[in-house]
Amino acid sequence: MLTLTDVHTHYAKSHILHGISLEVQPGEVVGLLGRNGVGKSTTLKSIMGLVRPSQGRITFEGRDITGMASHKVAHLGIAYVPEDRRIFKLLTVMENLRTGLDRGGLTEGRRKELLDKVYESFPVLGERKRQLGGTLSGGEQQMLAIARAMMLEPKIILLDEPTEGLMPRMVSQIRDIIARLHRDGVAILLVEQDVGLTLGASSRCYIMEKGLMRHHGPSADLKADPAVIHQYMGV
Amino acid sequence: MASATNRRFWIVFLAVVAALALVPLGLPEFWRKFLTEILIWGLLAMSSDILIGYTGMVSFGHSAFFGLGLYGAAAALLVLRAPNLWAAMFVGLATAAVIAIFVAYFSTRLRDIYFAITTLVFSQIFYVVIFTWTDLTGGENGLYFSQPPFTIPGLWSVRFSTVSLHWFILAVVAISYLLLRRITQSPFGMVLQSIRENEPRTRAIGYHVERYKIVAVMLSGLFAGLAGVLYAIQHRFAAPDFVFFTVSGEVVIFNVMGGMGTLVGPLVGAAFFLLLREGLSRFWTEYYLIPLGIAFTAMVIFMPQGLLGFWKRRLNQ
Amino acid sequence: MFEQILVQTVNGLVNGMVLALVASGLTLIFGIMDVVNFAHGDLVMLGGFTGAVTVAHTGNFWLGLLVASLALAVFGALLQITTLRPLIGRDPLTTIIATFGISLVLQKYALWQFGPTAQNIPQPIPGRFELFYLQYPWYRLGAAVMAGAIIGALYLFLKYGKYGIWIRATTQDRVMASAMGIPVPLVHTGVFAIGSAMAAASGVLFAPLAAVTQTMGFDFTLRAFIVVVVGGMGNLGGSILAALFISLLEAYASLVVSPSQAVIVSFVALILTLLFRPTGLFVPTPK
Repeated sequence: MLTLTDVHTHYAKSHILHGISLEVQPGEVVGLLGRNGVGKSTTLKSIMGLVRPSQGRITFEGRDITGMASHKVAHLGIAYVPEDRRIFKLLTVMENLRTGLDRGGLTEGRRKELLDKVYESFPVLGERKRQLGGTLSGGEQQMLAIARAMMLEPKIILLDEPTEGLMPRMVSQIRDIIARLHRDGVAILLVEQDVGLTLGASSRCYIMEKGLMRHHGPSADLKADPAVIHQYMGV
Repeated sequence: MASATNRRFWIVFLAVVAALALVPLGLPEFWRKFLTEILIWGLLAMSSDILIGYTGMVSFGHSAFFGLGLYGAAAALLVLRAPNLWAAMFVGLATAAVIAIFVAYFSTRLRDIYFAITTLVFSQIFYVVIFTWTDLTGGENGLYFSQPPFTIPGLWSVRFSTVSLHWFILAVVAISYLLLRRITQSPFGMVLQSIRENEPRTRAIGYHVERYKIVAVMLSGLFAGLAGVLYAIQHRFAAPDFVFFTVSGEVVIFNVMGGMGTLVGPLVGAAFFLLLREGLSRFWTEYYLIPLGIAFTAMVIFMPQGLLGFWKRRLNQ
Repeated sequence: MFEQILVQTVNGLVNGMVLALVASGLTLIFGIMDVVNFAHGDLVMLGGFTGAVTVAHTGNFWLGLLVASLALAVFGALLQITTLRPLIGRDPLTTIIATFGISLVLQKYALWQFGPTAQNIPQPIPGRFELFYLQYPWYRLGAAVMAGAIIGALYLFLKYGKYGIWIRATTQDRVMASAMGIPVPLVHTGVFAIGSAMAAASGVLFAPLAAVTQTMGFDFTLRAFIVVVVGGMGNLGGSILAALFISLLEAYASLVVSPSQAVIVSFVALILTLLFRPTGLFVPTPK
C-alpha cells in the first residue's frame, strides 16, 4: 500500500536519508527502529510531504506521492502524529478534533460515531472537551494527537515516538490504542525508541542507521534473537 | 585580487568617469543637468546599498538623511552672508550625522521589518515637523537660496557653470564610490556581509555586531547626507517633499532594480529609473509608474539579484 | 476645556474604530502568513473609490459597502495568488518591498481608473445631535458602530465557524494544519481576501467623513502599521485596543497642536513601543 523506494532527503545542507526503501501493507503494523538522529522522523516527514525528497519515489495505493503537498497526502488517507505532538495549543480539545473532523462528506451520524469512538478510547479527552490544548498534560496531549489523526479515518497512521516522555500507565494505553487501531484495519508505521513495545505491537520491523536501512525482518525473529537489536541500537 | 583584475577595474573606472565628464559637453542644457542629477541620486542609492546590500538592513527612511542634509546645507547657505560651499557641506553632513546617530541606535535594538518600519516612521516625523514649522522651514513652499561658488579658501573663487558643477559633483561622487568600494572590500566590509548572511553566527564568532551596524549606519547616513548637500547646491531649493517617504521608496527601488550589494548596481538602477521616468512620462505622464511598479514587483519576486546582481563578483573586482 | 476633552474622546473612539477595522485585516494577514502588507492602505483607498462610484450610480450606501467589500475581496485574492504566493517562505522584508511595489501600482491605477479628483460619499445617516457645544454628526457614531459590528462578526467567524477553526489552526501551526488536511494555500488566499474586504469596508465607512484621494493609502498603511505593532503583531484584540489608544492619543494631542502635527504622537508611540516593549503594549509580557 505504501512504498518508499531509494528515498534521499536533505535538510538544508545535511543529507539525512541516503536511500531508504520500505513498504507497509494494508492493515499492517510495521516498526521503524534506530538510534536518535538516524533519520526515522525524516522518513515519516518525507512521506507526509513536510520535507521534499531530493531523490527516490514514494507511492501510496499505486499513486506517486513524492513531494506532494501535505494536505493532499492527508486527503489520500495518510495521517501523521508527530514527535512533539504538535497539537494546536490555542484551540480547545474539541476544536483540535474538528480540524480532522470538519471534512466534506461526513454525515452528522458518522461524525458522532467517530467522536464517540475517540471518547471511548480516551475518556480523558471527553472530560476536557472545552479545555485549551495547551493546558493538557503531556500524556493527554499525546492522546489528543492520536485522536486527532483518527478523525481523518486514515488508512495508515504515521506514529512518531508516541511513548516518549510518558508514564508507564500511559504507555500501556498507547499500546492498547495501537492494538485497537490494528483491529479496525488501520495500518501503522511506528517509529519508536521503546523496543519492547514496538516488537510486541508490530508484525515486521525495519532498523535504520545513519540514514540507511540496515535490517528488516519479522518482529518475532527479532524478539527471539536480540543480538541484531543490540548491534544497531546498543540496547 | 590579481593585479590584472585590479588594472582592469581602473581602466574601466577611468574610462567611465572620462565619458561622464565629456558627454555633457555635447548635450543640451536640460540633459546636462539631468545627468548631474542622476549622479546625485546614484550616490544616494550607493549609500543605501551599504545598509541594504551589504549589511542586510533595509531602511525605509533614507529620505531623512538626504532631506536633512539638503536642509542643513540650505540653512548654511541662507544664514551666512556670503554663501560658502564648504560650510554648506559641513553643516549638511553634520545634520545627517546627527540623524544617523538615532538610526544607528535603532539598528542595535531592532531587526528586519521592525527596523524598516521604525526608519520609515522616524523620517516621517521630520517630514511633519518641517512641513508644519513654516516659520523656520518655509513649510510647503520650501526654501530658496543661492548657489555657492567653488572656493579654495582664501585663494580663489569661481562661480559654477552647469558643466563645471557637473565636474565637481562627478568628482565628489567618483571619490565617494572609490571610498565606499574600498570600505566594502576591506575586512570591515566582509564582516558586514557576514552579518547579512548570518547574524547569530557572526556574533558567535566573536564580532561585536552592534558596533559594525552603528558604523554602517553612520557611513550610509553621511553619504546620503552628502547627496542631499549636492542636490542643494545644484538646485538651490529645499522642500519637505525631499524628506517624504517617496524618496526613501525610490531609493529602495534603485537598490532592488540595480542589484543589491554591488554599489554600482544601485547607481545603474537610479539611472535606469530616472531615464525611464523621463522617457515614459512624456507619453504616459504619471502612469509610467504602473508598468514600472509591475516590473519592480516582478523583479522582487523573480529576480531578487537585480539587473546587475549576477555580475556582482566580476564588476566589483 | 473639560468639554473639549470629552469631545476629543468621542472623536478618538470613532476614529479608533475605523482604524481598528483597517488594522485587524492587516494583523490577521500578518499573523497567518508573515506578510506585512504595505499596500493595505491602498486597498482602503480602492474600496473607498469603488464604494463612491457605486453610491454615485445607485444612490445606496449599503450597496456601495457591499460591492466595494466583495470587489476588493476578489481583487485581494487575485493579488495574493499572483504576487504573494511565490513569496511564501521568503523573509518578511522581501514581502514588504514587494507589497511596496504593488502599492505604487495601485495608487497610479486608481488615478487612471477614477481620475484625479477626490471623491465623496454623502452621509447615509443624516443629521446631527448636540454634543456639548458642537453639532455632532450622527454618522460618525454610526460609522464606529458599523466598524465594531464588522469586527465583531469577524471575531465570531473565527471563533465558531468551521473555516474559523481552519484559519486559527493555520495561524498557529501551518505545517501541522496542512498535515491535518487543511488546504493551507487556500486558507492564505481566503484570509487575504477577508483582510482586503475589511480594508475596503473601512474605506467606504471613512469616505463620508473625509474625501477619498489616490494618495490617502500611505497614511492609512502607516497608521495601521503603528497600530499592529503597538497592539502586538497577529493579535486581534490587541490591535483593536491599540487602535483606540493611538486614536485617543492623537485626538488629545490635537487639542494642543495642530492635527497634522498630532500624528507625531503616534509615531513616537510606535518607536517607544518597539524599543522598549517590542511584543506590543497590549500583549502580556512573554515568559
